[in-house]
Amino acid sequence: MNNAGQAIHLKKEILVRIIKAFLSDEFEEQTRLIPYDMRPKGMEVPYRCCIYKERAIIKDRTIAGLGFPIEEDDETVSLATYAKKAIEREEIDEKNLTVLQAACKGCKTNRIYVTDLCQGCVARPCLSACKFGAVSIVNGRSVIDDSKCKKCQMCVNACPYKAIVKITVPCEDVCPVGAIKKDETGFASIDFSKCISCGKCISACPFGAVHERSQIIDILKAIKSDKRVIAMIAPSIAGQFPGNIYQLKTAIIKAGFDDVYEVAQGADITAKTEAKEFTERMHLANEKASEWLNEWVNEGGYGEKPEQTEENVQKFMTTSCCAGYNQLIKKHMPEIKPFVSDTKTPMYYTAELVKKDNPDAVTVFISPCVAKRAEGFENPNVNYIMNFEELGALFVAKKIEILECDESNYIVESSKQARNFGFSGGVAESVKAALPKEDSVKPCIINGLNKESIRQLKKYAKSGECDGGCNLIEVMCCEGGCIGGNATMNSQKTAKKLIDALAEKSTDIEKI
Amino acid sequence: MSKITVKICAGTTCFVMGGADLQELIDIIPRKYGDKVEVSGTPCLEVCSSNLEYAKAPYVKVDDDIVVEATVEKVLEIIDKKLGIS
Repeated sequence: MNNAGQAIHLKKEILVRIIKAFLSDEFEEQTRLIPYDMRPKGMEVPYRCCIYKERAIIKDRTIAGLGFPIEEDDETVSLATYAKKAIEREEIDEKNLTVLQAACKGCKTNRIYVTDLCQGCVARPCLSACKFGAVSIVNGRSVIDDSKCKKCQMCVNACPYKAIVKITVPCEDVCPVGAIKKDETGFASIDFSKCISCGKCISACPFGAVHERSQIIDILKAIKSDKRVIAMIAPSIAGQFPGNIYQLKTAIIKAGFDDVYEVAQGADITAKTEAKEFTERMHLANEKASEWLNEWVNEGGYGEKPEQTEENVQKFMTTSCCAGYNQLIKKHMPEIKPFVSDTKTPMYYTAELVKKDNPDAVTVFISPCVAKRAEGFENPNVNYIMNFEELGALFVAKKIEILECDESNYIVESSKQARNFGFSGGVAESVKAALPKEDSVKPCIINGLNKESIRQLKKYAKSGECDGGCNLIEVMCCEGGCIGGNATMNSQKTAKKLIDALAEKSTDIEKI
Repeated sequence: MSKITVKICAGTTCFVMGGADLQELIDIIPRKYGDKVEVSGTPCLEVCSSNLEYAKAPYVKVDDDIVVEATVEKVLEIIDKKLGIS
């Protein structure tokens, strides 16, 4: 869930205003006015130095809401022009994030800093702890030479007064792959060759400087056209809005979509396919292992057991439905690929079904996170991605009360396990439940990708073995699972309660 | 002393603009105040359709007062004040 508090409130308000502008008769002019409507003349300035800067920053946020990169704005182009360009746009860009650099200037670069708490002690443990000669004593107090400091934090740990601190840049700190960095100018920028679209920087930045490049205008345009537009809702959505998913279907249709599919429907396919694949892989492994054991026994079983060297003997398989994890594999961890299941994601199977039923339809995946934008971009069956916040903003703009909506049925009811796919542990649980012999699965749950869990995965890939003899590794990029995605609006606890209520009424997954 | 009533708006606007979190109050309040405070979710309070609009959502109603830009902490603080706990 996004912890950026007021910043996220601001982003949502802007989205509502963009949608309202689109729905009005004068989209370009209404968009141009957004910064002035939000910060009218004479208004008290809430955050920045003056109302002009407030407006400039709101303008930048609006650019992201219209789907354009803020970095490329040269400040001469008016929002009306951006609105026009958004309407004319035929294709979306692969780069799904953008940084509002004017907002991130307030944040100091990553460094080790001696605070006023330094007592100028006699022992000077900081001086001896530093292996790089970066600490010196000036006027009886410690000073760090940034040009020599390697940020190893030995001095931080050595100081008995806790007078030395590490100043962190939240986005850099939280990025599991080192893709976002403050450059020499002090502005953060994203290296898209490294970025896995996990969205952690969006949630971490207290200035709300990192934005998703919204596709909301492209989606509204499709809704306005005579094409059929079909929404595919991620399982985690059940914990995000008031009412139940049946009322939500009616609300989404009221918002302009022609039909709604539960992606849990695809999750059922993912779980069953993955269960089959797991059985095959582990069966193959067992067969090879017993072949090898037999050989050894036939030879008399004497002496050292030779190292098991057969190819394809795999002791574990990892899940493959988390988009952030899939980007990680592609960009940073190709060595784990042989262990990753070939099963496709719930979004993949659902989009395939939708396109089969409606070949000319425009498909929109409604997503808890930005990583699905990367996956959607690579999948021709998925036209657009809309996150939960954007759907929420659409409801607000159109004044749709979900609690007042009647219930609409889904053609296919999904299983309990599929509806729990968005929890950490939910995918492994559903694979297990789909297997005839549930105890053949020993799951290892990676609850959130960070530097530590990435190290762990790399270790498993290298050794070919998972700790504790586990044979199914479930990887979720976000802590808590999809209910912890960057675009979620509800606390995990409340979200879980709502999803549990739905799952309880659902049937168990079929066994393979 | 009569009971304090707390109504948490579960309208779409409030939910989207940050009110989802406020649902936690339904657990917290009875635990903290017992039967001195009555808490419930309520369909749209219709504050967002009046002059205050969506920008100030989420809303909570404590007795007859509307709390704008409500947070869990803000609501608890108001209840504390009403009960004379500081």
